[in-house]
Amino acid sequence: MIIALETQSLEKQFGGLRVTRDLSLKIEQGARHALIGPNGAGKTTVINQLTGVLKPNSGRILLEGQDITDLPVHKRVLRGLSRTFQINQLYPDLTPLETIGLAVSERLGHGGDWWRRMGTRSDVNGEIADLLTRFHLLDVMNEQTVTLPYGKQRLLEIAVAIAAKPRVLLLDEPAAGVPESERHDILAVVGSLPRDVTVLLIEHDMDLVFSFADRISVLVSGALLTEGPPEQVARDPQVKAVYLGEEAVNV
Amino acid sequence: MSASSDVGYHAQRKARWHYGEAAFWLIVLACGFVFPTRYLIMTDILRLALFAMSLDLILGYAGIVSLGHAAFFGVGAYAAGLLALHGIINEPVLALVVAGLVAMVLGFATSFLVIRGVDLTRLMVTLGIALLLEALAERFSNITGGTDGLQGIEMQPIFSEIPFDMFGKTGFFYSLAVLFLLFLFARRVVHSPFGLSLRAIKNNPLRAAAIGIPVNRRLIAIYTLAAFYAGIAGALFTQTTAIASLDVFSFERSADLMLVLVIGGTGYLYGGLIGAVLFRMLQELFSTITPQYWQFWIGLVLVVIVLVGRQRLHRWMLYVPNLVIRQIAGRKAVVAVPESDA
Repeated sequence: MIIALETQSLEKQFGGLRVTRDLSLKIEQGARHALIGPNGAGKTTVINQLTGVLKPNSGRILLEGQDITDLPVHKRVLRGLSRTFQINQLYPDLTPLETIGLAVSERLGHGGDWWRRMGTRSDVNGEIADLLTRFHLLDVMNEQTVTLPYGKQRLLEIAVAIAAKPRVLLLDEPAAGVPESERHDILAVVGSLPRDVTVLLIEHDMDLVFSFADRISVLVSGALLTEGPPEQVARDPQVKAVYLGEEAVNV
Repeated sequence: MSASSDVGYHAQRKARWHYGEAAFWLIVLACGFVFPTRYLIMTDILRLALFAMSLDLILGYAGIVSLGHAAFFGVGAYAAGLLALHGIINEPVLALVVAGLVAMVLGFATSFLVIRGVDLTRLMVTLGIALLLEALAERFSNITGGTDGLQGIEMQPIFSEIPFDMFGKTGFFYSLAVLFLLFLFARRVVHSPFGLSLRAIKNNPLRAAAIGIPVNRRLIAIYTLAAFYAGIAGALFTQTTAIASLDVFSFERSADLMLVLVIGGTGYLYGGLIGAVLFRMLQELFSTITPQYWQFWIGLVLVVIVLVGRQRLHRWMLYVPNLVIRQIAGRKAVVAVPESDA
């Protein structure tokens, strides 16, 4: 069993508030791993630490056995750790063609190329065309991102993360805010990710989690409550209590 | 694979030359022959255009605001002046490049202070650096000539062949050649993956880092390049006017530059050029009407532009042309798509 991504005793505090408590996760290579938990469990904080946006107070993060705890965001990406954002983080003025083109160029090491024009490298163009086709964005490739319908923006958000050819992909609520009619495209894309890519899914939607994940970790108040295959987690009385409790509050 | 070549075609869409651009440069060149009595003001516009293009590189593309861009202009101006005055480098073109490089070194050194902050911090840091240099230039008057400035600069012929004349004809065509070459270079840079990554950083630095862009390194690079451009503009100032005084560092110069760029529009390189022309023409117009209060009218124009332009502030120039083209040729044929943020 090869571990793609691992955290060791991760701790994060905002002032006096412990948002990540002694969190040790192991995500197997090729896994479809889901991280679930009620609102405010600290799921996004964990993602932000994994990707380097936030620095943990203590603990370590290992990517394929190598310590990446102190690496800046962009270097983690180049090592094969890529993410999508819960709320779209795109470039409003750029087109899907430019957005994906940039991500592909950066990965192939042409991003700092200041002399050669965009669009003159056939390897880059080929990959862009492939991604635009796979994510149903070919017809809108010259539109400004800000003008695209939300579903298309969501697809672009995922396409950008895939363009970095990650070995570990973090999906932060990929279907969040997407209308029912456009949901299918997103789910199909998420389902068709290559098997050798390790996926960590952060999700609220239990249908999506149970149809997708082969392993689930439950996060409550920043600490790991339980972990196991979906059937086991579904039966876990503690998990039921957490979610029933939450529902009871919601009602 | 057809989709791939299609992508290549569309990716180069913005990098292709348009007829309008060729026309623009031909008109500028023609001005040199049509108005032989106006070389001085036209040279002044060219210098300002180059200076504004420098600001456009950092503001329009990378989103770095600066209220102290005159720092690099001033360093370039004094460097060129000192090189010529002490006969260190007599050939103007070589001296120009060296002066630009001096400004570039300063740009590189100060870029580390500038990239750290957000907008307000950047405004203050850039402003501070320019004020600091102005004070230093005044303090070390034995080198800079203090408040009198550098006097007695005599320019040698360009390439030891073409002398500067008293009507400013040489100065005009020299400045035009420099502007055009640097424009070509900038145009190439902004349409490269590097240039695109700057726009991505301006749009969303968080996402830029999340696709593997080394944000700080890119910002340092463009800030350094812009400093080179501003230094060249400053050096041209000294070379074509044969004076360098403390006002090259002045806050007004930096602030005017911002006006020029807002008037012309940011993020498409021509903004600085068009803005320089409009700014100087407005200045001329208003100062003939009301010699004392011309700044009132400039201020009014600025307020109107910002209020009317709002969302399309940096492309407001293209609003009317695009409207016309849209009527005739449909939505896709616009000259440049207005960007959404200011």
